[in-house]
Amino acid sequence: MMTFILLNGATAFAAEKAPLSLEANAKAIEAVQKNADFVWTLMAAFLVFFMQAGFAMVEAGFTRAKNAINILLKNLMDFGMGAIAFWAVGFGLMFGATKTGFFGTSDFFLASLNGGADPWGLAFWMFQVVFAAVAATIVSGAVAERTKFVAYLFYSIIITAFIYPVFGSWAWGSLYHGGGWLEALGFIDFAGSTVVHSVGGWAALAGAIVLGPRLGKYGKGGESIPIPGHNMPLAALGVFILWFGWYGFNPGSTTTASMDIAGIAVNTTLAGAAGAVMAMITAWFKFKKPDVGMSLNGALAGLVGITAGCANVTPLSSIIIGLIAGFIVVIAVVFIDRIRIDDPVGAIAVHGVCGAWGTFAAGLFNIGGTSLTILGVQLAGIGAAFAWSFTVSLIMFKLIDMTIGMRVSPEEEMQGLDFGEHGTNAYPDFQITTIRT
Amino acid sequence: MKKIECIIKPFKLEEVKDALNDLEIQGMTVSEVKGFGRQKGHTELYRGSEYVVDFLPKVKLEVVLKDSMVEKAVETIVSSAKTGNIGDGKIFVTSIDECIRIRTGEKGESAI
Repeated sequence: MMTFILLNGATAFAAEKAPLSLEANAKAIEAVQKNADFVWTLMAAFLVFFMQAGFAMVEAGFTRAKNAINILLKNLMDFGMGAIAFWAVGFGLMFGATKTGFFGTSDFFLASLNGGADPWGLAFWMFQVVFAAVAATIVSGAVAERTKFVAYLFYSIIITAFIYPVFGSWAWGSLYHGGGWLEALGFIDFAGSTVVHSVGGWAALAGAIVLGPRLGKYGKGGESIPIPGHNMPLAALGVFILWFGWYGFNPGSTTTASMDIAGIAVNTTLAGAAGAVMAMITAWFKFKKPDVGMSLNGALAGLVGITAGCANVTPLSSIIIGLIAGFIVVIAVVFIDRIRIDDPVGAIAVHGVCGAWGTFAAGLFNIGGTSLTILGVQLAGIGAAFAWSFTVSLIMFKLIDMTIGMRVSPEEEMQGLDFGEHGTNAYPDFQITTIRT
Repeated sequence: MKKIECIIKPFKLEEVKDALNDLEIQGMTVSEVKGFGRQKGHTELYRGSEYVVDFLPKVKLEVVLKDSMVEKAVETIVSSAKTGNIGDGKIFVTSIDECIRIRTGEKGESAI
């Protein structure tokens, strides 16, 4: 301490006017920490933003070439419209001051932050908006290849403005100005296995149910007919990008530059790895060959599974959580297909089902020990997420279907949404056109 | 003038091309096609479900040549394209009514 003051004294002498006091030093240290918090939170937000590219590539890879443009534009708009919807309404509902513990009533249009009164609020908004966009874009894979673009836009606004933030306020509201009944019970969901992934996953389920399966997906006897994706390299690239972004998703949720980040990153890594391996092994046994699509889904399943508990479980637990997620996801993909819900990318299995598993696991493997109460609260959150997200989404999709219609015509579906919805082609070079050059 | 149209296994193309060039064939046209004869297709797996691929990739090679060269050319193709396994392909020979060189307008055998 004396050395520090002496050293500081020396630099103070050199700087001429800096006040020499414990108080001033403490303030300076605090300022550095605060600045570091900002830098880390924003870097993490940028990593999570990049997950939009991950989702776009996964979804494009797992679907057919004739629908590639449609998928890409849906993903772009999830962020484009979602960011503005979240700025206008969503953030306030999720983090605004609340009387009920069920939704916020302030901070709409970031009103309180215009004029820079609270720079942390801006950083926090930046971090939260990218999470909201992730929840929205989860659905786009499950409803791919047969959804009217306009219908999708409506859905995208409603989920980021309403469905996602209301549930989010229950679990995370107190991170800013709000507060939620679920977190008051002690609900553990550090980075959003339920808040982001399950909410998105159950909305995806509702969408896939209302839409119905793609033409030709199920045969006369109900057997599942494969509709292979057109680009496995893109799908794999997408998963790697998502994994990379997850290093912002999980460790970033500390929103402070602290040493905790290391453990969270390790947990994230191990769970993703275990998920990939277990999914590969499970599919290998079931289908006699190691399958890249299932293994990729397994990596994501492991990552989703650890998202709730990444800050309160051990690395060994992370591996177990990932292994179980990798197993569950293969079973879930097959099961969902068997009950004739057509999910081209496995979003419901990866995000909905494994999100629920991850949330439960966060209680089960809690470092401080588990208990029936803890597990009960986790189950309450899992149930509440399903009840809220699935029900509201189902009503929303049904309403959209009854008004403008959710689904494209069979002719358009056969020809491809790129032509029907967007009047264009993702790979125009593979056509013969009247262009003369 | 005759046209030789042959369907061969894709990986045999280079060998057949080189062998024909040794005979001083003037040129050829190649297309990527799919087809089957007695060689059955196969099944592939996608996310646990199987689907059948009946049409196998093949290469179609077309050469137009003077009547006198046909026998030698056919022999050459057979020996260079053969593997001995089912799916080696077939050769068809048809007559050509006319042949015109676009650049000069020449007709007949000299245009080949």
